[in-house]
Amino acid sequence: MSHRKQVIDLYKTLLHLGKEYPSGYEYFRSRLHNAFMKNKDVTDSEKIEKMIGHGQYIVKEVEALYMLKKYRTLKRRYYRDNQ
Amino acid sequence: MARVLVGVKRVIDYAVKIRVKPDKTGVVTDGVKHSMNPFDEIAVEEAVRLKEKKIASEVIAVSCGPAQSQEVLRTALAMGVDKGIHVEITGAEYDTLQPIHVSKILAKLAEKEKADLVIVGKQAIDDDSNQTAQMTAAYLDWPQATFASKIEKGDKDITVTREVDGGLETIKCKMPAVISADLRLNEPRYATLPNIMKAKKKPITKLTPKDLGVDCAPRIQVVSVEDPPTRQAGVVLPDVDALVGKLKEGGHV
Repeated sequence: MSHRKQVIDLYKTLLHLGKEYPSGYEYFRSRLHNAFMKNKDVTDSEKIEKMIGHGQYIVKEVEALYMLKKYRTLKRRYYRDNQ
Repeated sequence: MARVLVGVKRVIDYAVKIRVKPDKTGVVTDGVKHSMNPFDEIAVEEAVRLKEKKIASEVIAVSCGPAQSQEVLRTALAMGVDKGIHVEITGAEYDTLQPIHVSKILAKLAEKEKADLVIVGKQAIDDDSNQTAQMTAAYLDWPQATFASKIEKGDKDITVTREVDGGLETIKCKMPAVISADLRLNEPRYATLPNIMKAKKKPITKLTPKDLGVDCAPRIQVVSVEDPPTRQAGVVLPDVDALVGKLKEGGHV
C-alpha cells in the first residue's frame, strides 16, 4: 500500500472514531485535521511510517477509551454495592 | 462444531440522558441516539471468540424490533457475526413488546436454525428486565447458565463461571444451552470502518413474529413511567447543637 493511501485510510478511521468522542465530533475533527495538516510537507518515508504508526497507536487508544468509559458507566450503574 | 445464536437489542445509547414523556407513558425515543445493548455486545463478542477458537461453526444474530433494529444487526455483523435475522415488530406491538415474546421468538429460531448455544446479554439497559435468557431456556427446555463471566467448552458440555452475590459459582451443563453474559465476560471489540463496510454484504433475513407462529399480544400493561426522585438540597448549620437538634428531629439519634 502506498503511503498516500495508508494516510487517507488512517484519517478516515480516526474520523469515524471521532463521531463518538466525548468532547464532540467537531472538537475531535478540528484537532485531527490540524495534526495531519501540520505534517503535510513531510517527505522522508521513514518519518511518514513512524507517524502512521503513531496514528495507529492513537486509534487503539481511542478505542480503549470508549470501551473503558462504557465499562465504567455500566459498572457504576449496576454493580454499585459490590465496591 | 456448534452453531451459536445471539440476541441483540436496540436500546437508547448508554450515554444519553433519558427523558420521561410528559404523559408518563414511556421515555422519549424520537431523535435520540440508539445503539446495541452493551450486555448484548458482550454476548456477540463471546460468540465471535468461540468462532475464532473454532468451537463455533456459525454465529447468527437476531434482533426484534422496528426497521432501525437492522442497524444493530449490522454492528453485530461488523463484529464478526456471519448472518443476521431481523424479526420485524412495529408500532403498538413494539411498544408493548416484552421479554416473554422475545424469548418465544428466540426459542423458535434456535430450533429452526438448529443452534447449540443461545447467548444473550443478561439484561437490556432500557427495561432492565433480566428475563429473556431464563424464559428462552424454559421454552426450549434447555439448561441455562446465567450471568456468565467465563465460558469453557468441554467435549459434550460447557463449564460456565457465574457471577453470584459476593462470589463466583462454576457450573457444568450439557449442550444445547442458553447463556446470559455478565459485564466481566469479555471486552467487546470496536467495529472498525472496513469491517462495517464488509458487513453490508452479509445477509440479513427478515421475518415477522407471524412467520414463527408467535403471538405478540401484550401480557402486562405499563401504568406509568416516572423519573427517579431528585435529591433534596442540603442545609448548612451554624453549630453542633443545631446539628444534634436536627438529627433528633429527623429521628436519626
